[in-house]
Amino acid sequence: MSAAVAVVPANENVVTRVVKMQAFQILLVLVAIWIVFALLAPAQFANTANMRLIAQNAAILAILGVGMTFVIITSGIDLSIGSVMVFSGVIGAKAMQWQGGDGWSTAAIGIGASILSGLAWGLLNGTLIAKAKIPPLIVTLGSLGMALGFAQIITKGVDIREVPTVMQDEIGYGNVFGQVPVLTVVALVFVVLGAIVLHYTRFGRFTYAIGSNEESARRVGVKVDRHLIKVYALSGLLAGVAGVLSLAQFNTTAIAGQTETNLNVIAAVVIGGTSLFGGIGTIFGTVVGLFIPAVLQNGFVIVGVQPFWQKVAVGAVLIAAVYVDQARRASAARGGRSQFSLLQRWGSSRSANAGQGEEG
Amino acid sequence: MTAILEARGLSRQFGQVKALDGADFDIAAGEVVALIGDNGAGKSTLVKALSGNLAVDSGQILFEGSPVTIETPMQASAMGIETVYQDLALAPHLDPVQNMFLGREVMRPGLLGALGFMDNKSMRGEAQQAFDKLGATVRSLTAPVGAMSGGQRQAIAIARAVHWANKVVFLDEPTAALGVRQTKNVLDTIRRVSEQGVAVVFISHSMPHVMEVSDRVEVLRLGRRVATYRTQDTSMEQLVAAMTGAVGESTPADVAEARAEKEVSA
Repeated sequence: MSAAVAVVPANENVVTRVVKMQAFQILLVLVAIWIVFALLAPAQFANTANMRLIAQNAAILAILGVGMTFVIITSGIDLSIGSVMVFSGVIGAKAMQWQGGDGWSTAAIGIGASILSGLAWGLLNGTLIAKAKIPPLIVTLGSLGMALGFAQIITKGVDIREVPTVMQDEIGYGNVFGQVPVLTVVALVFVVLGAIVLHYTRFGRFTYAIGSNEESARRVGVKVDRHLIKVYALSGLLAGVAGVLSLAQFNTTAIAGQTETNLNVIAAVVIGGTSLFGGIGTIFGTVVGLFIPAVLQNGFVIVGVQPFWQKVAVGAVLIAAVYVDQARRASAARGGRSQFSLLQRWGSSRSANAGQGEEG
Repeated sequence: MTAILEARGLSRQFGQVKALDGADFDIAAGEVVALIGDNGAGKSTLVKALSGNLAVDSGQILFEGSPVTIETPMQASAMGIETVYQDLALAPHLDPVQNMFLGREVMRPGLLGALGFMDNKSMRGEAQQAFDKLGATVRSLTAPVGAMSGGQRQAIAIARAVHWANKVVFLDEPTAALGVRQTKNVLDTIRRVSEQGVAVVFISHSMPHVMEVSDRVEVLRLGRRVATYRTQDTSMEQLVAAMTGAVGESTPADVAEARAEKEVSA
């Protein structure tokens, strides 16, 4: 009797799974956009200097996107990152002003102060969400206002423009191997580390589990509250890092410059296939999701279209991405196959065939 | 035969409602006990109290003969007691292996493990063995369980509980939402688990299932045990009568007698 039913071994190969990922489909969209611009303006768009520029401009958002991906996978949200980033930049700049000097020792103090202030806001967010049970939307909407308000109080609303030259030269405009911007390298390091932690460690597993079914995670002994605090702390810490990079890149605290940052990052994360309902998402998808607005903005300027079209296009992509996610979710709930993507259909029929093959 | 898990006079009140009113319960190793009773009789409350999900106002729980307090599901797990909840408590986006090991991940040895890296390969192997052992139908070990049928999810939840429990498994209405074939699988699974020496307690409203798989039936009414029968000596009519209160409470002597008979037959 027991031989009648047996476990069919893992029957989805890597190719099938990659093809089914929303991140992969979004990557195809990105490639298509890239090809269109490359055809329209081969000389100005598709060259190393321009690619370098795009990668540099996406760096700060990528770092914020790593934290946001973790948060949204837990089915939370962090609206405060832009403000926390400004606040951290202000604290860092103040610390460096107070220390004085233009060298690495001054910069180190500023970097440390920024990251710690970001972490502090993240811990506050996480504690209020996990322990006081206030919805993440409200907590981070509150800390969005508070962090920005404090930043303005501390500076009396006037941007600090004194940043040690070493930060500007070595981080903001520095290059690795003479070609690759330091900002991009720093972002890449965080992106890779974030992806490893999310996909290969227990921390990442708990993040998915909590977003998927918080109660079941709690029942098997996952310390859900502590984990949520850590996830929001991570998001805050990364906002602190972003604050440092922004100081180095723009040589100003740019107090008024981050009002849409949170929404841009959330849009990128969602475009990249991370579900606002939690339990699903990848760092890779987030990075792809960031490059779509970045490439659109850059490309529109180069081909002479008003850059404001970028917002229209990104908005449409965002809505389309969520529509596909919803449709897939509904289809999964019915137990059927998604009708919304040929690629996905191709992928799932292949896996079904593979399954039958192994069963037979 | 001594009880592996025993409850004496458990009481729990929610406001004016006495969910448990001096409830007794006992089960021996390898025994399958069906817990039946009308809605609100206290079946789920009793299981919650015995699995660390609910604190009782008074009464005593004995595990392997000695008094214990079970305050959390994790504490119950540590004692070898697992529960399959009615909602199954699976994470729909995780695959069967990830669900089975959630909160009990096998870490890589050495530094990598200390850094939080998991040993997915050995977890997958162990899970595969666990499913095979139960003859559980699991279509894929890498697909999210949310995409699987109710029967499959049930099988995964039961396999998870059985894998970690070496003393007692509680099943809260395991067949309530299942078709004929999946129900048969679950009932077979219950037998197989008890053959491994694990005590199985299952709540059910389905008298045929109770009759088919249990060794003994405990009947709850209004928060207390009103009868206990050896399954082979009872009938559905008798069980229903006891549930609805159509027959009088069996005396403690009856209970002792029923258990003594069981010992003889065992």
